[in-house]
Amino acid sequence: MNKTEGSNQIDSYRRKLLGGGAALAGAATLSSGVFFTSVARAKPDAEPASSEVRWGFLIDTNKCVDNCDKCVTACNDEFNLTGFGRPETDAQWIRTVTLRDKKSGHTTKLPLMCQHCAHPPCVDVCPTGASFKRPDGIVLVDKHICIGCRYCMMACPYKARSFVHETITNQKEYGPRGKGTVESCTLCVHRVDKGGIPACAEACPEKAILFGNLNDANSEIARRMASEGSTEIRADLRLDLGVRYQGI
Amino acid sequence: MKPTTFREISGTSTGYYSLLGLLGLMVAAGLGSAYYMEHNGHWVTGMSNQVVWGMPHVFAVFLIVAASGALNVASMSSVFGKTSYKPLAPLSGLMALALLTGGLMILVLDLGRPDRLIIAATTYNFKSIFAWNMILYNGFFLIVGIYIWTMMQRKMNKYSKTAGFFAFLWRLALTTGTGSIFGFIVARQFYDAAIMAPMFIVMSFAFGLACFLVFLLAAYKWTGREIGSYLVNRLQKLLGLFVASTLFFVIVFHMTNLYITQHHGVEDFILSGNNVYSGLFWVGYMLLGTLFPLAICYAPAFRASIGWTATAAVMVIAGGLSQMYIIIIGGQAFPMDLFPGKEVSSSFFDGVVATYSPTAPEVMLGVGGMALAFAATLFAVKILRFLPLSLADAKVDPHHSTQG
Repeated sequence: MNKTEGSNQIDSYRRKLLGGGAALAGAATLSSGVFFTSVARAKPDAEPASSEVRWGFLIDTNKCVDNCDKCVTACNDEFNLTGFGRPETDAQWIRTVTLRDKKSGHTTKLPLMCQHCAHPPCVDVCPTGASFKRPDGIVLVDKHICIGCRYCMMACPYKARSFVHETITNQKEYGPRGKGTVESCTLCVHRVDKGGIPACAEACPEKAILFGNLNDANSEIARRMASEGSTEIRADLRLDLGVRYQGI
Repeated sequence: MKPTTFREISGTSTGYYSLLGLLGLMVAAGLGSAYYMEHNGHWVTGMSNQVVWGMPHVFAVFLIVAASGALNVASMSSVFGKTSYKPLAPLSGLMALALLTGGLMILVLDLGRPDRLIIAATTYNFKSIFAWNMILYNGFFLIVGIYIWTMMQRKMNKYSKTAGFFAFLWRLALTTGTGSIFGFIVARQFYDAAIMAPMFIVMSFAFGLACFLVFLLAAYKWTGREIGSYLVNRLQKLLGLFVASTLFFVIVFHMTNLYITQHHGVEDFILSGNNVYSGLFWVGYMLLGTLFPLAICYAPAFRASIGWTATAAVMVIAGGLSQMYIIIIGGQAFPMDLFPGKEVSSSFFDGVVATYSPTAPEVMLGVGGMALAFAATLFAVKILRFLPLSLADAKVDPHHSTQG
């Protein structure tokens, strides 16, 4: 390849890149008002997670419908969380919780999963560092170094973690699980890293679960949190949660 | 006071081998139980996603706490200069190591992945109090090992006071660490209290001395060696003091919770609930583990009685296990207060008291760990010179007079 050919090739790459970029910018401008949940950007495998991003959910409990558990089913399907008919030991990464005000009797329903804290107690207490937080705020368990001591389950204020009590079959390649280790919501990191959104948010027919980048002031999630407000569960613990709620 | 002569026990009687055999069987049953639980997974135990630490942890934490407490008799002589306890110091160190071994055996075998012990020993998250505890446990073996060496090797004797002092500081750190495992848990209402650390230290004094007394008194009774009423009386009073101190901390702990409105729910649950925890608190801990032993330790009628002192020690152990059950299981069974002022329900047992029934394998693993501690001590006193030939008053009482 001589120099001229090389330069020409680079020029053609530049043209494609600029054209593609323009098209992408146009599409993004158009879509921002239409596809309000698609906010994640695909991350190349070699690129580490960035601390400039903080992934999270905004959950509008007013939209959460009675007798609906599509988010739970979607999560179970995504990770093959099939139970053994033993509710006390079967894993639950997301569950629907019903709240009833003791005085007024007002009821609220909401999905509850790992809250992806900025200061996660599970990470603090884990003796081996198997519980860890990615720079983008996603809290995960490294299944290779989890020794199954369950101290993280003692420490989690949201009861978000499950211990694998029996042998697991039919695992998904993107969601490894193992008997004797602890697991919880991964915020569907395998989807998010590819530019997708978590299975529960995608499955919610009422769009009650909004996924997005809390650090991006222009994202749908940040704009709605700014304009409509939101609350954290057990805000008194000051864990700076990645999952925020409305209507509780 | 003459220099103490230490001798191995002969350990050739049928009684010795029967006892060692029985303890060995219990250890084997514990190991078998651990294999059964690991092979099938923890669903075969009473533990669940609600009560994640069960009976094995009750025994393990008890033994770990008792381990540091068993060292106290040695500290009484090396740190506090009470010379009458000096003949008991080597046994005190030995029991400390044996009890810690038993406790750690249980803890490790209950892990979801005990095969990854090497990871636990080499990969540390230094913010975790659990990781610090692993360092404290390993350091305890080393420091107490050195301490025993300085006591038993004549030319090293001059260092034993210094070693004893470091061992005392280390044991305080160790129990602080164990108590903080619970004290640092902000999520659960029954934990999250700084008083856990000093309370565990005081509990360790009582539980450790109780385990030590059971072994010491049985060993002297069954080998026919003499133990004088001076020492029995002192140990009896010391046990009473530790039991009373524990009661003081338990009262302060509960009074603090009773003062804080937010904690009334969990206090009602533990102290006056219609459940096993309230029963264990009032009958197991308060009556059996505290009031009866206090009466035995201080009432003149039981003064210096070997049989009654041993009975009091066994009661303190039973009370200690009750106390651990209340803290570890009771603290988890009470639902977490995620939404104050709301009634909560879900498929994951939110808002309801978690149920827990220990299964036989769990109990056997716990008992196996305890049996290991006593079996190891029993074996060690046969092969090494840990026990004084005589603990008669003339040997240990600094004020003993032959003319008297």
